Amino acid sequence: MMLLPCPWCGPRNAGEFKYAGEGGARPDPATTTPEEWRRYLYFHANTRGWVTESWYHGAGCRRWLVVERHTLTHEVREVRDAVQVAREGAR
Amino acid sequence: MTSTNGNGHRNGIGRVRGYSAWSLLRHGLSRSDWPRAWHDRELRPSYDAVIIGGGVHGLATAYYLAKNHGMTNVAVLDRSYIGGGGSGRNTSILRSNYLTPEGVRFYDRSVKLYEHLAADLNFNVMFSQRGHLTLAHNDASMRTMAWRTEVNKLQGVESAVIGPGEVKELVPYLDTSAETRYPILGALYHPPGGVVRHDAVVWGYARAADAHGVHIHQKTEVTGIDVERGRVTGVQTTRGRIATPVVLNATAGWSSLISDMAGVAMPVQTFPLQAAVTEPVRPFLDTVVVSGTLHVYVSQTDRGELVFGASVDPFASYSMRGSLEFTEGIAGHVLELMPALAKMRLLRQWAGLCDMTPDYSPIMGPTPVEGFYVDVGWGTYGFKAGPVSGEAMAACLAEGKPPEIISAFGLDRFLSGRLVGEKGAAAVGH
Repeated sequence: MMLLPCPWCGPRNAGEFKYAGEGGARPDPATTTPEEWRRYLYFHANTRGWVTESWYHGAGCRRWLVVERHTLTHEVREVRDAVQVAREGAR
Repeated sequence: MTSTNGNGHRNGIGRVRGYSAWSLLRHGLSRSDWPRAWHDRELRPSYDAVIIGGGVHGLATAYYLAKNHGMTNVAVLDRSYIGGGGSGRNTSILRSNYLTPEGVRFYDRSVKLYEHLAADLNFNVMFSQRGHLTLAHNDASMRTMAWRTEVNKLQGVESAVIGPGEVKELVPYLDTSAETRYPILGALYHPPGGVVRHDAVVWGYARAADAHGVHIHQKTEVTGIDVERGRVTGVQTTRGRIATPVVLNATAGWSSLISDMAGVAMPVQTFPLQAAVTEPVRPFLDTVVVSGTLHVYVSQTDRGELVFGASVDPFASYSMRGSLEFTEGIAGHVLELMPALAKMRLLRQWAGLCDMTPDYSPIMGPTPVEGFYVDVGWGTYGFKAGPVSGEAMAACLAEGKPPEIISAFGLDRFLSGRLVGEKGAAAVGH
């Protein structure tokens, strides 16, 4: 079992969340080549260690979250609301 | 069948130290120890080829390199002990009833090699072709199974869609009533499918490869791959550097990490898959039973234990720990199929690492780095493909280009968009 400390709901079982995986900068579909689009879709860093990834709290607050997790130990360092992360990034 | 290894000692599978009824009797009467099945060799400073990963894929590749192509100056490296990864963690189910013609041809060749493997390796791998049932619980599954049956038949592979009555005859303990949450509407029946003793397959290949002069180096972890001007020149290990022009990444769970060392990106995500085994009971289940809808597959071992496997865990991870969610989930799903098992106890559970690809087909062949080959991305279906992968990768390494049977599984297919979609037959279909 893995607990994810949701910023809105507190520590919750990972089963309540939907895993969406590694994020990455999405190429512009209007200008990218098919090869670049496929590279974005199919290739992954697949890191063994600390990763920053997206989870969706479907059985809780129904918010998208940015989770820092260790893929070998399942230790979770930080969970933030994705909207807040995006706003901070836009500033 | 004898050969001379690099140290000048005569080795052989057939006469010198072959296993037979006579040798069993002789050792039984004299109570003498059996000789070691394979040896620890000195690490040479260079090899003609280095295979990373001492599982069924790596060892089979080494064996066929020696046997079919005469390449014996070959090392198989494993960071731990041979067969300790995916080869010893799978649920040992073999079948070839896939969905694409490329997949069916490929896995059928593997089943054919498994059928003769015990004689070929002089090692009893205990292949039991007891038949394989994939249950359908909804109309969509019935349609996919009709599709798979037709593809299978065109490739000469025995498959048929059968009704609930025939399913009940084959497996009387299944609840085939209409009152269940997921009623059984029918099944894809695949008589050549079955189970094999996975450790014996690993040991058999190791012994046969060793007898041909291949070096097996356990507890030898690869820490780097040397690439100069786009060519492989050697590998760095915890026991020193090995010069070699050919490196094969035959790992599972480490396929991204090893390929990263050569600078080759992989379309792979690693997920754990959990399995469990019960206490032994009298034989009652003589087929393999799979339910994609319930994410479970069940078979009974020769010792009487029931082996359960599931789908991969819901998030990417390199952890091989078990989880309570899995235990609860698998117990519920098994009881949905066979309520009579309610009093059985689980003995243990474990996890193995599955390198999932976008199309649920493997990645086999050359890479943009000359001399660096991959046999990875084996998801949840690597063990059953061991012999054919070894045969095909040996040809690929010896000749420098992939043979026809694996030409559809190249790394370049992901950027060119020529995927080999096997999700309908590979996801939870063991």
